[in-house]
Amino acid sequence: MTDELFVHKQVDSIVFGLLPVTILKKMASAKIVTPELYDKEGYPVDGGLMDIRLGVIDPGLRCKTCGGKLKECIGHFGYIEMARPIIHFKFVDIVYNLLRATCLECGRALMAADEIEKKVARLHKIEQELGIDTRRSETKEILTELKKATKCPHCKAAQPKITLEKPTTFLENEKRISPIEIRTRMEKIPEVDLDLLGMKQAHVRPEWMIITVLPIPPVTMRPSITLETGERSEDDLTHKLGDIVRINQRLFENINAGAPEIIIEDLWDLLQYHVTTFFDNEVAQLPPARHRSGQPLKTITARIKSKEGRIRHNLAGKRTNFSARTVISPDPMIKLDEVGVPKVIATKLTVPERVANWNKEYLLEYVKRGPGQYPGANYIVRPDGKKKKITNETKEQLLEEIQPGYIIERHLIDGDVAVFNRQPSLHKMSMMGHRVKVLPGKTFRLNPAVCHPYNADFDGDEMNLHIPQTEEARAEVEVLMMVQTQLISPRYGLSIIGCTQDAVSGNYLLTKYAEYPRQEAIDLLYSIGAEESMLARLPNKKIINGKEIISALLPPDFTYQGAALDGTKVEIGNGQLVSGHMDLASLGGEGKGLMLRKFNKEYGEDAALKLIGMLMKLGIYSLQKEGLTTAVSDLDLPKDALERTREIITKAYEVVDEYIAKYQKGELEPLPGRNTKDTVELEILKTLNKARNECGKIVAKHANEKAGVVVMVNSGARGKSINLAMTSSCVGQQALRGKRIERGYIDRTLPSFKRGDLGTEAHGFVKEGFAQGMTPQEFFFMAMTGRDALMDTALRTPKSGYLYRRLANALQDLRVEYDNTVRDASGRIVEFLYGDDGIDVSKSEKGKLHVTKILETVR
Amino acid sequence: MKKFDPLKHELVPKHTLLSDKEKEELFTRYKINSIVDLPRISKTDAAIKHLNAKQGDIIKIVRRSRSAGEAVYYRGI
Repeated sequence: MTDELFVHKQVDSIVFGLLPVTILKKMASAKIVTPELYDKEGYPVDGGLMDIRLGVIDPGLRCKTCGGKLKECIGHFGYIEMARPIIHFKFVDIVYNLLRATCLECGRALMAADEIEKKVARLHKIEQELGIDTRRSETKEILTELKKATKCPHCKAAQPKITLEKPTTFLENEKRISPIEIRTRMEKIPEVDLDLLGMKQAHVRPEWMIITVLPIPPVTMRPSITLETGERSEDDLTHKLGDIVRINQRLFENINAGAPEIIIEDLWDLLQYHVTTFFDNEVAQLPPARHRSGQPLKTITARIKSKEGRIRHNLAGKRTNFSARTVISPDPMIKLDEVGVPKVIATKLTVPERVANWNKEYLLEYVKRGPGQYPGANYIVRPDGKKKKITNETKEQLLEEIQPGYIIERHLIDGDVAVFNRQPSLHKMSMMGHRVKVLPGKTFRLNPAVCHPYNADFDGDEMNLHIPQTEEARAEVEVLMMVQTQLISPRYGLSIIGCTQDAVSGNYLLTKYAEYPRQEAIDLLYSIGAEESMLARLPNKKIINGKEIISALLPPDFTYQGAALDGTKVEIGNGQLVSGHMDLASLGGEGKGLMLRKFNKEYGEDAALKLIGMLMKLGIYSLQKEGLTTAVSDLDLPKDALERTREIITKAYEVVDEYIAKYQKGELEPLPGRNTKDTVELEILKTLNKARNECGKIVAKHANEKAGVVVMVNSGARGKSINLAMTSSCVGQQALRGKRIERGYIDRTLPSFKRGDLGTEAHGFVKEGFAQGMTPQEFFFMAMTGRDALMDTALRTPKSGYLYRRLANALQDLRVEYDNTVRDASGRIVEFLYGDDGIDVSKSEKGKLHVTKILETVR
Repeated sequence: MKKFDPLKHELVPKHTLLSDKEKEELFTRYKINSIVDLPRISKTDAAIKHLNAKQGDIIKIVRRSRSAGEAVYYRGI
C-alpha cells in the first residue's frame, strides 16, 4: 500500500487508568513545600508553586529541569505530600460502590469464592463476544447484587450500612469513616475481586483514588499575567493550589505539634474542601471557591467542560483568520454571485500572491501604495517564511528587496473569491463562494435573490466573509461552492435561487399587460445588461409587448410547458413566450420556478445564473416603469359582494346555532370515536371555516386585478389570497392549540359573555375584516392568538434546532459508495440501495425521474 | 382469544433465511468480509422467530417501498 509510507506509528489502543503514588513521584520534578510564589526580587521561590523546575513563563529564564527557554519548555509536574489522605472527589461514586460491595474486615467482594470465579469467567467471555459495553452493564448488575449482602461469606463479619454524605464524607452506622480507614480498606481488595468489579489491577488500584500525593500541574498551564500597572495576577489554578499547600503545611505543623484532635479534623476538612474545589468548583453541595471580587474560580473541570471548555471551545471549534463580519444590506444591482465588500474591510483582508518575473512590476505597484492606500498591500513574506509589515518607513527598503519567490499579501480586489456565510450553517448553501466587489459603505451587500439559501433578511442580520489563502482552496471554492453550483437544492432537486419579491411582480406585470414602443423596450433590455444578440431577437415592430421582451433573453431553441399559479398554461416554444405569463411558478426559487429548473438543466448553471440576474433586473426595472402602489381602497368590495359575504356569515351562524341547540338538547349524533362535546366543536369549526373560504372566493372574484396588493398575490410575490379575504371580508376563527378559544374565566372566555355560551363570537370568531374593523372582544381574541404564535416560534426554534443538530451529527459520516450502498465511516452497510431507489435527488425533480420527459428529449 | 400472528400483518414484510451459497454471493457482491458490516436483527425478533435462525445467519427482507416498489434488504444476526 502506498499510504503505508506515511504512517509511522498507528494508535492501537488507549488505556485510561490511575497513576500510583510511585509514578507520580517519579514524574514530578519538584516537591512543593511552600505557598509562597516569589521572593523579594520577584524571582520564583524554590519549592514554591512557581518553582522554575516546573517550567518557565518569564522570558529570559531557563527551566531548571530541561534547560529550555519560554516556549521551548512545555513544563513539568511537581507534587505535594498530603499530611492526611484526601478523597478524590471525581472518584467518590466508585469508592462508595467499592465500600458497599466489599467486606470491611477482609476486603473480599461480598460473594462466595467459587461464585466470584464463575462470574469473572463469565465476564471475560461476555467481553470477548459482546464487547466491553455489555460487560459494563453486567458489572453494574453484579454491583447492585453485592450491595445487598449483610454478611461477608468469607470471614462471616457483619456488614454495617455505609452511607455517603455528599459530597465526600462516608458514614458507617452514622459514624464517620476517615479517609485513612477507607484507604486501608481499598488496599485490602484482592485482584480477582477487582476484576469482578470492573477494574484491572494493572491500570487501577482502588486505593489510588484516595490522594496521598497530589500532582502539581506545570506552571505553563497556569501562567500568570502581568497587568499594565506592573502587578502580577496569578491564574485561578495557582490560587487554588496555594490554598491547598498552605492548609497542608498548617496541617503538618499541627500534627507534629500534637494539636488537639478537633483542630486537626477541622484543618483536614478544609483541605478536603480545597482539593475538591481544585478539581471541580461546581460541586452541588459545596459553596464555590471565589476570588476576592466574588466571581468563582475556574478550576480544572470548568476548563474542560461545557461550551466554553477546552473541548467544545478550543478543540472542536476554532477561530479563523482572514475573515470579516458585518451587517448585510441588499443591492439588486450587483450580480448574484457577487458580494459587496466595504473598502475598510478590503484593505484589511489580504490575498497572498507570489512574486515571479512576469508579475513583479504589477505586484510592486501594490507594495508602493502600501497598507494605507487602496488597493495596496499589508505584508510581504520572505522565502524563509519571515513576515514583514509594510509601513511608510520600511517601504523603500522592501521595494528594493523584493524578488521572485517573495509573497505579497495584497488587498482584496474585485473578482477575488470569498466564502460568504450566515449562521446557523445548517445547509451546504449556508456557505457559498462569491466574487468580491469592493464598494463604499460599511455593510456587506448581497443580491436579494440569494437571501433564501442563507435565510437572510436585512433587519440587522450579520454575515461572515472568508478569504481562501491558497490556490487549492480558491480552486475548491470556485468549483464546488460558487453560487451557480448551488442553484438546485440537493434536498428536493428543484431551484432554490430564483426571482423574489418585486422582481416577481415586475415580470408578472410585464408579461401579462405591458406594451412598450420599440425604443423603450430596447432601453429596458440595455439597462438590464442584455447582449446585442438578445436585442436582435426582438421582433421588428413598432410596439413590443412584454412577452416579446422576456423572450429576447431566452435562447432560440428553448421550450417549456408549464402552468402559472392561476392555472393558465405557460408555453415557451423556440425561445418565445407564446402564451401565459411569468410568475412565481416559473421564476421563483424555494422549490418553485420550474422554468428556471429546466433552463438550468439544459443550458448549464452559468447561463442560468446570468438569466436569473437579468430577470431580476428586468422585473425591477419594468416595475419601476409600470409603477406599483397600494391603497386600502384596493381591497374594497362592491356593495353587493360585501352583502353576499355577510349573508354567508349569517347563514353559517344559523347553522352553528342549530348545532348548539341540538347539542344542548342532547340530540346530537356523535361522530365515530368522539363524544358529543368534541363533535359539536368540530362541526362548528367546519361550518365557520367553510363560510370563511366562501367569502375568500367571493373576494378573489371581485378583486381588482390591477391593484397593487392583488398583483402581488396573483404573481406569488408576497401574500396569499387568504390575506386578501381577511382584510376585506372576514378574519375568521382564532384558534389556540388547534381549538377555539376556551381560556379565560369560569365557563366563559370574557365577562361580557354568558356562562356556557358556545356561540361563535364567545369563542373567538372574528366576523369582520380588517377593513371594517373589529369589536373589542374580537380584538382581544386576536391579541391572544398573536401572543401565542409569537411564543410558539420563540420556543420552538431552539428546540427544533437542537433536534436537527443531533440528527446531523448522527448522520454526518454516512455516504453513498460507488456500488450505491450507504455506508458509515467504518464501511458498515446502512442501506443497500440509497433511498431504496438509488436516485440522486439533486438530479431529479422532487425525488422523481420523469422517464417520458427524458425520452422526449432524446428523440 | 386467538393468538395474534405478526407474520400475517400487512405491514410485516417477508423475511427469509439465506443459504450459505447466497450468503457468499452477498459478501462478494458488497465486498464485505464479516457479518458485522451488515445491519443487525435480533434472533428473537417476532418476524423471524419461526425461522429458528442462528447467530451468523443472514435474513433477506423484501419490503414494499413508497419510492421504489420493492426494496431488498439484508440483516445479519
